[in-house]
Formats: sequence, structure tokens, C-alpha cells
Amino acid sequence: MEQFLLASGTIVAGVFGCVAWFWGSNMVLDLALPARGPRAGANMQRAGAIRPWLFLGPAILILAVYLVYPVINSAWRSLNDADGTAFVGLKNYQWLMGDSKFHESLGNNMLWLVTVPALSTVFGLIAAQITDRIRWGNFAKSMVFMPMAISFVGAGVIWKFIYDFRGVGQEQIGLMNAIVVYFGGTPQTWLVTPFWNNFLLMAVLIWIQTGFAMVILSAALRGIPEESIEAAILDGANPWQVFMRIKVPQIWGTIAVVWTTITITVLKIFDIVFVMTNGEWGTQVLANLMYNWMFRGAPDYGRGSAIAIVIMALVTPIMIWNIRNARREMR
Amino acid sequence: MDGHAGTRSSLVWAVNIAAALMVLLWTIPTFGLLVTSLRDRDQIAASGWWKAPFTSVQSDFVRAGTAPDQVAEGAIWVIAGNVLEPGEKLRAWGTDSRDPMAFAPGEVAELADGRSLTVAVDGAYRLTSPEQFSETRGMRIFVTTLTPPRFTLENFSRVIGAEGLGQAFLNTFTVTIPATIIPILIAAFAAYALAWMEFPGRALLIAAVVGLLVVPLQLALIPLLKLHNDIGLGKGYMGIWLAHTGFGLPLAIYLLRNYMVGLPREIIESARVDGASDFQIFRRIILPLSFPALASFAIFQFLWVWNDLLVATVFLGNTREQLVMTGVLRELMGSRGGDWEILAASAFISIAVPLVVFFGMQKYLVRGLLAGSVKGG
Repeated sequence: MEQFLLASGTIVAGVFGCVAWFWGSNMVLDLALPARGPRAGANMQRAGAIRPWLFLGPAILILAVYLVYPVINSAWRSLNDADGTAFVGLKNYQWLMGDSKFHESLGNNMLWLVTVPALSTVFGLIAAQITDRIRWGNFAKSMVFMPMAISFVGAGVIWKFIYDFRGVGQEQIGLMNAIVVYFGGTPQTWLVTPFWNNFLLMAVLIWIQTGFAMVILSAALRGIPEESIEAAILDGANPWQVFMRIKVPQIWGTIAVVWTTITITVLKIFDIVFVMTNGEWGTQVLANLMYNWMFRGAPDYGRGSAIAIVIMALVTPIMIWNIRNARREMR
Repeated sequence: MDGHAGTRSSLVWAVNIAAALMVLLWTIPTFGLLVTSLRDRDQIAASGWWKAPFTSVQSDFVRAGTAPDQVAEGAIWVIAGNVLEPGEKLRAWGTDSRDPMAFAPGEVAELADGRSLTVAVDGAYRLTSPEQFSETRGMRIFVTTLTPPRFTLENFSRVIGAEGLGQAFLNTFTVTIPATIIPILIAAFAAYALAWMEFPGRALLIAAVVGLLVVPLQLALIPLLKLHNDIGLGKGYMGIWLAHTGFGLPLAIYLLRNYMVGLPREIIESARVDGASDFQIFRRIILPLSFPALASFAIFQFLWVWNDLLVATVFLGNTREQLVMTGVLRELMGSRGGDWEILAASAFISIAVPLVVFFGMQKYLVRGLLAGSVKGG
């Protein structure tokens, strides 16, 4: 009950505070620089120059404190020792270069990077193409899209049921082992089998991201002008050729957007590994490694921050690409 | 022409089958979780969830009574009892682990030393001996039983009460609602300024927002936690609300600005001519017209905050009373990994709300995705 009051109180206070700020500051501005009297013109101009910053103020403040400051602070911390008391230069990065767990994480992240965006996009494209051609397409879309609403942790539990292992001869309650046993194989301890277990974790993310890719690509496919497709069909192209030679080349831009968006998700991937294997048995990834250094055992903020900066560096090219695209669209 | 029509209809079939297959593949995992969460605890461990609607065959052994349980019936000594639990049916039984199904119900097994054992259809067993029993450990009776499918809501009531999920559910709501509403307000004003006000540095700010969209939030954890400690916020709801506001703002501003830029210029211009201030234009015209974009972002932010584990783990405490649902779920996976019924029911409760929001407001979610597909996770 107390908690309920606190939450509703905060909502009211937050909303009221925001409104009070925007409304009040605008009013003060209007009073200080009235748009009438002898200096109306000059006042209006000055008020016009100040007003945008009243609207933007809270957003800029929060963005600066919660996103810009941490980037700078992390970069600084990565050059300091474990508890941030002494400057150590590039030592943390040198340590990273030689650390086998870091190599493993980087390798796994690259593996994820190659596999997940590619498969999600391909499955999404297939799903978009086939669901656009059937009568119950909207229902099918909903079903493929649904995992998007499920948390990574929830997905972890769901997939643990699929990968579950029971000893040979016991009744298998994990779907995958049940299928293997049904066809006469021996049950496998899927999640602890190095290298291949990475792909089993990736399957979870692909399962989640395919719906996202499908929704975006489906909109793009529908945007293709009918004439180009009709012309190709009249020229005798079969459905496969129409799809590969006419449709796909026209939506390259959208495919690139989907691909990069999933790529960013993959670079930051944390929860799935965290709850399913916790990075053991050769499944470590950068974000989880960073979490280990920051919050497990004796924290080492220097090393943790250095790993965070590596993740940031991997995301940066996409960031620049996005900014350039956004600027081009604005012109 | 016939041949052409023939290939077309077979193609339609192929497409339908492919779609059905894909839908099946994508829904089976979640469906399995739902079925598991509704099953009886013993049955979950005994057979896969896909066997839930069928009667399951279980093999087990029961120990017969020991010397103190015996009664004298004339010249013989008897130990009696029942090997079945309520609802089970006996299919076969045996006295040897190598042949656990040797006898049908009602048959009599002759054992060494003139003893005999019989187990009736209803599970009642009768062990007789001409001599007095002296065992301190009962003999094993192997039973193969048929258990009818059992579905129950017991798992749910159990996790909500005993496993602390009810509290976690409240906590998650407490985190999610303010963390969804506050960024919308702040972002709406900023988006209006970026869309419809002229000032130097506007293009730069828009570029900065696009850039901040992809900043990995892992980077922000330690610096912000330290900052919160320094300014006395510590670990608590205020801190996590602010953190989620910060992490959600770039997408909110980006989505809303893109939408507001597309609103018709004439409406805004004519309002300006009529002497409306920017604040009035925003409140009376922009805000109502932007409802679809506001709804899109609200759903995004809601799903994101509700499903988040990392931010909650770092910015909220980790005691039982403070955990959100993803946190409880994660803890259960570690400590109760073998208790499938608890895990399944908890997971289902935690994904139920996002699924309801998802199916109820899918239209807005899709629209938002199409407008802002540069943000990743």
C-alpha cells in the first residue's frame, strides 16, 4: 500500500512537476519580455531565442547526465585502477589483449554478429513474403511477432524447457532431446557442449528478432510498385525470380536498417547468456564479462569500464552511419 | 493454361504450409511453457509437456510395511496396505527390479520361505508369511501405474504467495508506470522544439539524439550508480525511474520528432497568426494530434522497462522485497532450476502482462517500429 502511494505520488509529482516547469517557465518568459509596449519587437525576438531552450531544457539535462556523462566517465575509469584511485594509463587495455576470457568473449560476439542478424533477417524476409500471400497472414504475423514482447529472461526459461537434458534411459522432458531419442539417438547435454551451445543461445535471440525483421520488411515489400512486379511476370519470371531479382533489390535499404538494428542488439547481448549459461562452457560474451568484472566478487571498475568502452567502440561505426543517414533524410 | 493454374494452386498450398510450419515453430516454445505451468508437479517431471493430455505411465516402487505393521490372522502373519496414490490406476506390479511388470493386478506371487504377496486392482496389497516378520526395512513392490492427466492452477497460487512473485509483480508495476510516463512528457516538449522551432544548433541536437540512440547502456551503469550514491539517491525507485527515463529519451525524442515534423504546417502557422503561443500550440494542437506516436513510444518503453533485467539488477537492491519479476525469475533459475512447476508458472506470470499489451496494442507497436527502426534493444 505504501509502495502504491509512493508510485502514484511520483507519477503525479513527476507529471505535475514537468507541466509546472514548462508552463511556469513560459509564463515567466512572457512576463519578463512582454510582446507589447515600446520594445515589443526586440522582446519577441529575444523570447523566441530563449523559448526553445525552455522546451529542450529537461531533455538536454537528462541526456547529458544519463548518457553523455557516463560515456566520458567510463572512458576515464578505463584508464584507472580497480577502485578508480590511481591513473594507470592503458594498462587495462593491455590486460584485455592478453586475457583469454576476453578473447573468448570477443570471438563469441563476432560469432553472434555473423549469425544472428543474418538468420533473423532471412527468416524475417521469408516470413514477410509468405504471410503477405495468405488469407490468415495477419494472424500468422502476430504469432511470429509475439516473442518480441517476451523478456530475455522469460525467453531463457522457455528455451531451457526445450534444451533440458535427462540421463540416458530416462524419459526426456526437453523437446529437443525427446526428438533425438524418438529417432533413436542418445540425449545430449546441449547447453554445456562447447562451441555448439553458442548457437543454441543464438536461436533464442533469432526467435525474438525474426518478428521485428518481418514487420519492417513486410511494410517495405508492400511499398514496391506493382508495375515492376507485373512487368517481370509478363516477361515470364517465376515467383522465385520475382522475389530474388525484383523485390529484394528494391528493399536493400530497409534490409540494411533491419540488419544494423539487430547488430546493435547483438553487440549488447547480455540477458540471454546471463540467465542460461552465465558465460560458462565457452559461451561468454562482452556484456556479461563486463558485468562479472563490475559486480561479481571483488569489483574491478577499471577493467569493467575498459570492456564497456570496447562495446562502445564496436557500436560507433553504426552510430556514425545512422547519423549520416538521418542528416541526409533531413535535407 | 491448365498447367499454369495447376502450378499456381500448388504454390498457394506450399506457401500456406510453409506459413503454418513457421507459426508452429515460433509458438511451440511459449505454448510449452503455458502447458507446463498448468500441469501437476509430479507429471511435469515424469513426461514431456506434449504428453500432458494423455494418461501417463509411471514406474516406481513402494516399500511394504515392516515388522511393527504386521497382524496375526489365525496361523499366518499379514502386512497390508496400499501402493497407489489417489487418482492412479495399477497396470502391473512385480517384486524384482529386473522384472517390475511381472504380475497383473490380482495375481499372487509366491516368494521364498512360503511367503506370498498379492496386489489388487485398487492398489491394496497383502503380504503373508507362515512365520512372524522381522524386517525393519519393508520389501520393495514395483508398481507401474496409469495416471490420468491432471491440470491445476496450484502452481500459480504457490508462486504468487510463497515464492514472492506477488510482491515482485507490484514492484515491477511501481518501476514501469512512472518510467513510461515521465519520459513521454519530457520528450514531447523537446520533440516539438526540434520539429517546429527555429534556433541555432538544432541540426546538431537532432544528430546527437540519433547518435545517443545506440549508446550501450552497459556503459552507464557504474558511473550512474556512483553518481546516485554521491547525491544521496542510492538504490531505489527514484534512481531507476531516472535511469529508465534517461535511457528511453533518445528513442522517445526521435520517434515523436519524426511524427511531429509530418504534421501539416498550415495548422500551426494559422494558430501562430491567431496569436497562440508555442505553449498553447503544443498543448491544444500538437499533443492531441500526436497521440498515435505517443502511444507507440509508450508501448515500447513499457515493454522495455517491464522486461528489463540489467537496469533493475543494478539500480534496485537485490533483497527479496525489492526484486522485480525478471530478477525473481533469474534467481529461481539459479536456486530452483529443477522445480519446473515454479519456474514455468513464474515465467508465465511475468510474460503475461507484456503479451496482453502486445496483442491489445499491436497496431501502435508496428507503427512505432516502422517509424523508429534504428534503435536496437
